[in-house]
Amino acid sequence: MNPTALPRLSLRALAVWRRNFLVWRKLAIPSLLGNLADPLIYLFGLGYGLSSLLPQVAGVPYIAFLATGMVCASTMNAASFEALYSSFSRMHVQRTWEAIMNAPVSLDDVLAGEWLWAAAKSTLSGAAILLVIALLGYVASPLALWALPVIFLTGLAFAALGLIVTALAPSYDFFMYYFTLFITPMMLLCGVFFPPQQLPSVVQAVAAWLPLTHAVALVRPLLTGFVPHDMLLHLAALLIISIVAFGIALRLTRRRLLK
Amino acid sequence: MNAPPGLPLGSPLVVRNLHKSYDGREVVAGLNFSLRRGECYGLLGPNGAGKTTTLRCCLGLTTPDAGEVMLAGLPAPEHAREARMNVGVVPQFDNLDPDFTVAENLLVYGRYFGIRDAVLKPKIPALLDFAGLAGKEQTSIRVLSGGMKRRLTLARALVNDPELLILDEPTTGLDPQARHLIWERLKQLLTQGKTILLTTHFMDEAERLCQRLAIIDNGRTVCEGAPRELIRAHIEAEVVEVYGEDAPGWAAREGGRFSHRVEVSGETAFCYVDAAAPLLDHLAGQPALRTLHRPANLEDVFLKLTGRELRD
Repeated sequence: MNPTALPRLSLRALAVWRRNFLVWRKLAIPSLLGNLADPLIYLFGLGYGLSSLLPQVAGVPYIAFLATGMVCASTMNAASFEALYSSFSRMHVQRTWEAIMNAPVSLDDVLAGEWLWAAAKSTLSGAAILLVIALLGYVASPLALWALPVIFLTGLAFAALGLIVTALAPSYDFFMYYFTLFITPMMLLCGVFFPPQQLPSVVQAVAAWLPLTHAVALVRPLLTGFVPHDMLLHLAALLIISIVAFGIALRLTRRRLLK
Repeated sequence: MNAPPGLPLGSPLVVRNLHKSYDGREVVAGLNFSLRRGECYGLLGPNGAGKTTTLRCCLGLTTPDAGEVMLAGLPAPEHAREARMNVGVVPQFDNLDPDFTVAENLLVYGRYFGIRDAVLKPKIPALLDFAGLAGKEQTSIRVLSGGMKRRLTLARALVNDPELLILDEPTTGLDPQARHLIWERLKQLLTQGKTILLTTHFMDEAERLCQRLAIIDNGRTVCEGAPRELIRAHIEAEVVEVYGEDAPGWAAREGGRFSHRVEVSGETAFCYVDAAAPLLDHLAGQPALRTLHRPANLEDVFLKLTGRELRD
């Protein structure tokens, strides 16, 4: 197959999505708790620790500021982990994709199913944090419900980026580079822990292009009760990143598996 | 969809003039074969002969550089996805879903064919029974033996009731009991009218199961036909294997006097003869040499045509 051909998708992609959902359902509770633990540790550790020093950040209590950032960061992490480690296991270690492609399911369908699944799983993760912080009283208005589609879109963007890395990975070790060079810096540069205005202007200029910046720029106002500035711009950025990254991932995966 | 001119109609699989190269090395170099409905056809060849690449081309998982493939009446790779609705595959490497139980493996695999759970669920006991796994519905894949996994993979290949089964070395790594059970099940499928394409490098397996087979080497067909025919056409009727420290020396001195052809491998001389009596009389006077007299078989043909040197 020509690796650059347009995606040829069918509803069979949903069977791939369902396969992953069925596996997740068996371990749903521990999996959700696992996804919650890490961001909540940050939230309470840093939030309580720093809120006495920083009573107000960007007009809200620091812990509320951090909570809105953690929703985005944990969505990013959940989508990345799923599209890297879990998808790589299914592609390379367990040969699950190979088995599926012997059935009337194309590689395009498999990859689309994986993409939508990683985005869905990360949405659960982001929504779980959202629920916890709402129960704790850090969510200002029902506008917060609009954060859910933004979380899903954030999941799509990071799942597609992760699938690019998976398509190139020779082994699990390779993912370390992606986390160290891309995911971790974004946690620090994109406004999760502090407003990016604190950064030198050159760094700010770079950070403005990073996908997590767009997610934070949309989710934080929605949770604090405002309609985001430049909403369409940020939505468009996430959408374009998602589609372009999925296109690249598809091309690379075809080159890897259909040669 | 019509078959291109010159291709047999109604054949479950037709391969014409197939070529595929990787990094400048031609792995498949002009392969031709077609399957008759209801037969078991074998692709035999040493490691690296191009068997697995050929199967990938047949399933539409890679695009050949040249040639045509018609899978279940549809051109591959263009319409391979639709064609695979009617094909079952047992791959060379185990790829059952380790996150699922035995029954879930079948159920989830059926969904890839668009088979609804309500349709497949009632069929699962019969599929498992066929695979010798009755009552193991709730067993985790991780605790199955190698033989059980292969049998479950065979059952999985049958969820869509395919007309064509493609089996890539289905008994590699299995113990004799497990191999015999697989053979018996494959024969049963043939009597049900299924067509089977089998790759193997077990000659006894090919001789037992295949109505016709092709021996391929370096991506080309070396010979094709029914196993008995190939033995008749390519090799002397009988073989006397001569063992012993001096077997190579004896073969060099005397082998040619009594045999049509002698091949030496290590401390064994393989003497190919049409009538063994004079050779056996002579060997009776050589107490240092042990002998085994047997009819020629497919392995002799295979080794004659593909050579005795190792392929890695």
